[in-house]
Amino acid sequence: MSAPSRLEAAIRAATATGRPALIPFLPAGYPDKDRFWTELAALDAHGADVIEIGVPFSDPVADGPVVEAASLECLEAGVTLAWILAELKARAAAGTAPKAPLVLMGYANPFLQYGLAALAADAAAGGVAGMIIPDLPYEERGPFQDALAAAGVDLIPLIGLNTSPERMRLYADNARGFAYLVSVMGVTGERDTLPEPVKAQLAVAREIFPVPVALGFGISRPEQLQDLPADAAIFGSALIRHIKAGGDAAGFMARWQ
Amino acid sequence: MTTSAPLRAGWFGDFGGQFVPELLMPPLHELEEAYATIAASPAFKEELAGLMTDYVGRPTSLYRCRTLSKELGINLWLKREDLAHTGAHKINNTLGQALLTKHMGKTVLMAETGAGQHGVATATAAAMLGLECLVFMGATDVVRQAHNVRRMELLGATVHPVQSGTQTLKDAINAALRYWIAEQATTHYCIGSVVGPHPFPIIVRDFQRCIGDEMRAQFRAKIGRLPDYVVACCGGGSNAMGTFYPYIEDEGVQLVGVEAAGTGDPGCYHSATLTQGTNGVLHGTRTKLLQTEDGQILPSHSVAPGLDYPGVGPEHAWLQASGRARYECVNDVQALAAFHTLCRAEGIIPALESSHALAWVLENSASLPKGCHVAVTLSGRGDKDLGIIQEIQETQRKQA
Repeated sequence: MSAPSRLEAAIRAATATGRPALIPFLPAGYPDKDRFWTELAALDAHGADVIEIGVPFSDPVADGPVVEAASLECLEAGVTLAWILAELKARAAAGTAPKAPLVLMGYANPFLQYGLAALAADAAAGGVAGMIIPDLPYEERGPFQDALAAAGVDLIPLIGLNTSPERMRLYADNARGFAYLVSVMGVTGERDTLPEPVKAQLAVAREIFPVPVALGFGISRPEQLQDLPADAAIFGSALIRHIKAGGDAAGFMARWQ
Repeated sequence: MTTSAPLRAGWFGDFGGQFVPELLMPPLHELEEAYATIAASPAFKEELAGLMTDYVGRPTSLYRCRTLSKELGINLWLKREDLAHTGAHKINNTLGQALLTKHMGKTVLMAETGAGQHGVATATAAAMLGLECLVFMGATDVVRQAHNVRRMELLGATVHPVQSGTQTLKDAINAALRYWIAEQATTHYCIGSVVGPHPFPIIVRDFQRCIGDEMRAQFRAKIGRLPDYVVACCGGGSNAMGTFYPYIEDEGVQLVGVEAAGTGDPGCYHSATLTQGTNGVLHGTRTKLLQTEDGQILPSHSVAPGLDYPGVGPEHAWLQASGRARYECVNDVQALAAFHTLCRAEGIIPALESSHALAWVLENSASLPKGCHVAVTLSGRGDKDLGIIQEIQETQRKQA
């Protein structure tokens, strides 16, 4: 019997109070390597239920221009997966890690180069509760799933508006943490409105998955979630843009409270 | 074991796969199904064969170099893909995929291109078959390859400059994948080499194998046996794969892929992924890559724009790992020398990509058995590279 998922518990705690859980996304090292940790602490102190940390990659095919540009800035500043995990481990050991469970979002190649066994062990030691890997569909999940599960780290499935119930069921088997529904047929980035089929697809996903279903991509304002039965909302581009314009994480989170 | 048969669908040994966002799995499954049914049907095959003959001009000739054979003491043969319509082997694949697109009921043919050759071939096939055409191209390449941009526009294609990343081919591929996610209902992504997620490496190889199939038959007819060496340049690897594939079971035929070693200067990122790269995942496939220890993709360089890619087709990685093919490097200077040699000796202006394959033969001819038969795939003609050649000559004049 594996340990209960910290991610699922955090999301269920939020939904129990009648609101979706809030999952802000910030690329590691943004806006710079020092201030990132300040903003991470601010997200934690101002209502984030789970925090998603981006692992920068040179070729992020699922990301829109805002996240891609931020990631490339971080790479130029010298951010590496090794740096991220070492910093997280140091904070976990010092007891200064965020209280919200952490999720790493990154592409397959940097994780593969780090080594899956080392990745799973170091992520767990750094307090990482889950991982999102956008270029890892069901067919390629096996080695990642096995390594992460052994360390108690949840591999979060990503599904889309074009994912059939049959494929959702494949992902739903052994699903832990939460499922991530991509709300648009496209890349990350803010949209004024979400496509009509989101509501129906959310309903199907919540029926099939035994874990909470989070909605991400295209979300910038809490009003967009009205009437949508999402268990959690993930937002990144709007937060990055807010910080780039001179704001801070605390100010951004205020609008979601 | 030397067979390249996938051990499971989409894999060649440890290489291949489908490392793409879940949103791309439905169109990949749709493509796999269409390829297995539509492209395998006699009607499709007949229509494509007719176009290959009447529109592309196949079979392309197999020419024995008169002067160079004598000078080198070997029999040097050229498989003349430069004589195919649009001047390169690229048309074999784009026409196949364009026809498949039409039969699938999609209306837009989308591609990315580095040097512009694949873009021109895609635009050509789209125009002929009445499909809309959209081509993503790195903003740097749009400037470097202005002539090919103009050709694509004349053929009715829309060229979209990509401003992100290094503004070259790999970023154009990222942009194309993103576009395909959003427009998959109407659009087919016509990948130009044996790269990308399954089933693309197989589809592109199969549409390009006409090169090797024809070459085998032509050798049987001309010398009564197969050649001793088959040599092809290898960037993404489509012309090399199309050339090698029909020879894989012929163990007496040595297969040599030639990669671009770039300038050889410190900091030159070359394009020699098989000889210099390491295993990793890029653009949907597990293969050999130019990358940092952290798994970030390095920029690449070659004087030949078509070889300038930090990855390579997964089946090549397998052919190398299994020992069936070997991969060697040629640098910019050697390729340029081979370019000029072929121009003067045989009256053929080769593409700079093909000049790499030719350069390997020129550099190694002394160690090859006297009188052996060496076939080089001349993947394209060099008219497109005259701007690069002129720039190099002007730089050399200034330095002299």
